[in-house]
Amino acid sequence: MGKVINIQPITRIEGHASIHIQLNDQGDVQATKVAFKSLRGFEKFVQGKPAEELPRIVSRICGICPWMHHIAANKAVDACFNVVVPPAGDLLRELMLTIAHIEDKLLHFFFLAGADFFLGPDYDYSVRNIMGLVKANPELAAKVIKMRHKAKMVLDKFSQKTIHPVVGVPGGFAKPLSIEDRKIFLDNVTELLDFALFAMEYAKKEVFPKFEASYPGLGEITTGFIGTVDHKGALNLYDGNVRLMKSDGTYKEFCPDAYLDHLAEKVVPFSYGKFPYAQSWGEGFSMDLDAPKGIYRSNTLARINVADHIATPRAQAELEEFRDQYGRIAQSTLLYHYARLIEEVYTCERAIEILKDPRIISPKIRARVEPCAGRGVGCVEAPRGTLIHDYSTDENGLITRVNLIVGTTHNLAPINMSVDRAARDLIKNGVYDESILNKIEMAVRAYDP
Amino acid sequence: MPIKLAGESLNACSGCEISVLDLGEKLLNLLEFVSIVHLPLFMDSKHVRSENGQHTVKLPKADVGLISGSIKTQEHLELACAMRDSCDLIVAFGTCATHGGIPALANSYHNDDLLGYCFNTMGTDKADRFPSDGVPAMMNACHAIDEHIRVDVCLPGCPPHPDHIFRTLQSIEKKESFSLPEKSVCDNCPASRDGKGKVKVLKRAFELPKWQVDDNTKKGFECFLEQGFLCMGPVTRDGCGGDTQKARCIMAQVPCRGCYGPVKKGGNQRLGMLNALASNGIDISSLPETVSMLRFSGGHGLLRPLPRIKESE
Repeated sequence: MGKVINIQPITRIEGHASIHIQLNDQGDVQATKVAFKSLRGFEKFVQGKPAEELPRIVSRICGICPWMHHIAANKAVDACFNVVVPPAGDLLRELMLTIAHIEDKLLHFFFLAGADFFLGPDYDYSVRNIMGLVKANPELAAKVIKMRHKAKMVLDKFSQKTIHPVVGVPGGFAKPLSIEDRKIFLDNVTELLDFALFAMEYAKKEVFPKFEASYPGLGEITTGFIGTVDHKGALNLYDGNVRLMKSDGTYKEFCPDAYLDHLAEKVVPFSYGKFPYAQSWGEGFSMDLDAPKGIYRSNTLARINVADHIATPRAQAELEEFRDQYGRIAQSTLLYHYARLIEEVYTCERAIEILKDPRIISPKIRARVEPCAGRGVGCVEAPRGTLIHDYSTDENGLITRVNLIVGTTHNLAPINMSVDRAARDLIKNGVYDESILNKIEMAVRAYDP
Repeated sequence: MPIKLAGESLNACSGCEISVLDLGEKLLNLLEFVSIVHLPLFMDSKHVRSENGQHTVKLPKADVGLISGSIKTQEHLELACAMRDSCDLIVAFGTCATHGGIPALANSYHNDDLLGYCFNTMGTDKADRFPSDGVPAMMNACHAIDEHIRVDVCLPGCPPHPDHIFRTLQSIEKKESFSLPEKSVCDNCPASRDGKGKVKVLKRAFELPKWQVDDNTKKGFECFLEQGFLCMGPVTRDGCGGDTQKARCIMAQVPCRGCYGPVKKGGNQRLGMLNALASNGIDISSLPETVSMLRFSGGHGLLRPLPRIKESE
């Protein structure tokens, strides 16, 4: 048996993961594993806790996307307790989630993954990062830092806490939006939209055209996709039906609380993360690169593949341009970054729409809640995919059972496959270097910083 | 010369590291006196292991090391020890590192209960065994890092406020002393209190609090505890608002849940809170459960599984 190459940890991602590449005696790739290396046990340790406390506990699953866990948890508790949230409470939740997406995409594209594109995968590892970008392109870096901070701080100023937020409450939202705060939001988000459009143009000129030349087929696999759409089939990050699409474009659409009819999870021996697959396709589970079974992907590219259209004009124009170039079911892994910037435009436009909705400044933000026995599924689109929180409560409103499928989890099998693909393409006869190993990691960063 | 900074995230969510980025444009000031030599979320610095398979991770030498997250696996322990070896000063960075944090809620359960539940949820295909090929072994409980290594500076918070991150690093660089607030959240709470102790039982957090300013007295909103809501402010260290903000959760119109940990080192938030409630004549049996009072500070042996009752022969 040949050598094992370990890349640990995978860097510039959230979470604790490593890559293990088994070479054969000829030095070619025999098998690849991406392992997720810790299990905190949220599903178990929230049992017996009052359901209304969960939005403030489960946010700690992820410090990069805590808003999505916070809001999915609130939706799940509402459903357990049969509460109808007043329109202003609902809009405020969607506004927070949408602005959190704006910030996250800037973080992902520019701060974490961006160094690979702006500086290059061959750049010295010690400065191939946001600090290196500050030195190499201070003007762009300063702008990016300022814009990300603007998105984060507009949330922070209003909601007080953006890492592990607290303002979503069962029944609605804790704090009304004043006319003054609404204006501050609008001014800031309008500026963020300008930056999103600038980033899109910049990347279309400087980044995306280089993908095919510099990283041909990097981590490319053929899979199905999952994402949320509204009743007209448009991209929706906050609410709607889940669409599970095969690679041929056919799909099933379902209400999130029916997710168990379509998805199942596989325990694998080498990772604490479980691997979901589409059990309703009836083909089982296989990560074979040439004949995958049950494999679908989530996150940005998945969402813009499954959506028929985007309901805001600038993002729709970008989507049409993207589809003219890459088709409706785009499979190239690095195109996740392109889709990310299309969503950046959408989220800015959508945040402006929400802020212009006159209902948002209503003081009626929170409905009265009575605890009861029930089951509720809260589903939103997190940056890294369809986020499902499924809770059951007893008659006192205490948690009896929890099942979670988080965004990244959907992509665990695809990440393994993309890394396997990249490793097989790039490592031949036992020859590899730091730059090649970083390119293999880039297949992960397309999905998941 | 800028000080060299290393960082490792153990049983954690990366929120503490994102709080560094939340310095915003001040991050550029920070980078004038801090040179980051190792921090996996931001840069491509790997764990270098020697071939002998012993306690072997080598990390770059640094003046100061930020460790976020608690210790739950053998790999976390190995990394914490490697950081201790390579850094002159160790900062326990965030409440998971200082007190166990939210992941230490798992300490109420044995590992086989955690694994047995998480790998058998609805929709999970039945597996022959739990993951064990190359994944780090779990320890019996989730520990604060000072349960294993010497810690020089404690910077609690879930996450720590960016103001405090900046000032801590600045004071280390300038070799000046700097203390975080040492009072309770109540000392920095804008609520009004009349201290009359009218409340006899506690309400659940889904009930609607009063928040309006009283038009007659012009008094601000009434203390959550005096409204009958559990608020962990009295037993929680202040600091969440940084240099300029008041208690953050209170300002978001929800009660404190204790994320900066106990006011004093070694404090027990659950015990302190139950004492405070009982001494004010509040019926503590009106609480649905009390484990959540230790949701941020269940390390140091404060949360443990219930003993297993052996089946009689």
